[in-house]
Amino acid sequence: MAKDELYRLTITEAQQGLRKREFSALELTRACLERIYAVEPQINAFLTVSETTAVEQAQEADRMLSRLGNDAPALCGIPLALKDIFATRGIRTTCASRILENFIPPYDATVVAKLREAGAVFLGKVNMDEFAMGSSTENSAFGITRNPYDLERVPGGSSGGSAAAVAADECLAALGTDTGGSIRQPAALCGVVGIKPTYSRVSRYGVVAFASSLDQVGPLTKTVRDAAIMMRTLAGVDPRDSTCSARPVPDYEACLTGDVRNVRIGMPKEYFVEGIQPAVLNAVRAALDCYRAMGAQVQEISLPHTQYAVAVYYLIATAEASANLARYDGIRYGLRVEASDLLELYNRTRAQGFGAEVKRRIMLGTFALSSGYYDAYYLKAQKVRTLIRQDFEQAFRACDAIITPTSPTTAFRLGEKTQNPLEMYLSDIFTISVNLAGLPAISVPCGYDENNLPIGLQVIGPPFGEEIVLRVADALERSGFVPRRPTVV
Amino acid sequence: MNRSKIGREQVRHVARLARLELSAEEEERLEHDLSAILDYVDKLNELDTSAVEPTAQVGESGTPMRDDEVTNEPAPEAVLANAPAREGTLFKVPKIIE
Repeated sequence: MAKDELYRLTITEAQQGLRKREFSALELTRACLERIYAVEPQINAFLTVSETTAVEQAQEADRMLSRLGNDAPALCGIPLALKDIFATRGIRTTCASRILENFIPPYDATVVAKLREAGAVFLGKVNMDEFAMGSSTENSAFGITRNPYDLERVPGGSSGGSAAAVAADECLAALGTDTGGSIRQPAALCGVVGIKPTYSRVSRYGVVAFASSLDQVGPLTKTVRDAAIMMRTLAGVDPRDSTCSARPVPDYEACLTGDVRNVRIGMPKEYFVEGIQPAVLNAVRAALDCYRAMGAQVQEISLPHTQYAVAVYYLIATAEASANLARYDGIRYGLRVEASDLLELYNRTRAQGFGAEVKRRIMLGTFALSSGYYDAYYLKAQKVRTLIRQDFEQAFRACDAIITPTSPTTAFRLGEKTQNPLEMYLSDIFTISVNLAGLPAISVPCGYDENNLPIGLQVIGPPFGEEIVLRVADALERSGFVPRRPTVV
Repeated sequence: MNRSKIGREQVRHVARLARLELSAEEEERLEHDLSAILDYVDKLNELDTSAVEPTAQVGESGTPMRDDEVTNEPAPEAVLANAPAREGTLFKVPKIIE
């Protein structure tokens, strides 16, 4: 491959090239930076390009590679993009909000520190819906990001910058977060792979909190193997996040055997219903046929409380968000709008600092937690959350993995859903239950619609079932499915 | 549409609790949006949950304990670097007590 086209590589390919000295980490990084400068005028995935940091890290990675050779860490010299929700020491971290517009964290998120340690290269911070609240990245305070497959369409959200940057080959992989589908839905809409790990599998220390009982960190990548490589570095115990699991981290790459014989795949009837775009249904059904042909046992199952998931989510997530976002008060960091007394200072700072969707969710969450309404809304939602969780427990007695569409439609048009919050919320209908139940799930490309827009297939596993999820998704990649690159950039 | 779910006064009350100053347009918009969302979440009342325990958190149960030891060095300059207003090593705020 020509050195100026190195940005097209997967992590797996780049690892080999770096170890064989076919190219240096600096050359790889420079190719990605050139690519960023070439396509950003169209895509606008990046909020901050950290060129100086990237070049320094690449030079350090080259030293590490020559010192350690094949023993260098898996991600040594790999250029990545980070969602602007991760605290990065010395690099502006905005969460796509005016309230954090000039915030420069004095510390690294644990996942960022792990990636630094592993010799990864940070190309910059990428766009998102403000505070990860949204499904199209249109809620960013700093402009929209466009889908590399069709510049008039959204990249999905909230990790839309991460998905678009990977799809447009601006980075080899990206980091995202997923509270109700924010890794998987943009991955589906941009034709890349995105995995949300089991709740507690990856540390959230230094990740700006949205809904703490739902938030998880995960990678967006070009292949399932790349996702497995990233997961091995990201997962694992962290004394700074008390919710983080101490379970040992398996070698996720070793589970990619391509063998799905006798794997019991559940197909929930509630996820194959009217209202879904026909091309999406057809592509997922064709993939299920493919799994049958590879020897898997596909059976219909039921997740009877599916229809309640969006309602439960928008009460629980907003309630938790209203508490988490109380910290933005203009006192210690972030935007401050001066006023003569403290209460006015709070009220005005938050009025100017937060965008419309964030205010809407703070209001809904505050209402759901307020005196007289707590039992009717918040407690009720927590009880129905139990029923949704039990649906999955029941289902996983009879199957090893569950397959659904990731999103009911392919990428929608910019502005199409911005006037109707409820309609926007419903675009997460197939991803939300997974967060409520705390399960691992991946979105992997499985086809294209009549407009050449990517379609994502979701594989859901039982708690800590990342290995089966990755194995099933990888098998589809190996089955002869040929991904199409975006043609507009 | 059913507008009884949340009225203008209630929007103002919740905004006070949330420490948000709202414009008149925002109040109107929120009254409409929140009512529509609350109509939608009413579907949860189709379910009898009287015998169901709430789920507050999924994942592994229990909170790990650790020794109460200081593990980071004090770094007032790093912490104050983002302060919107400061005096010396202090955060500066409007007068609270007359």
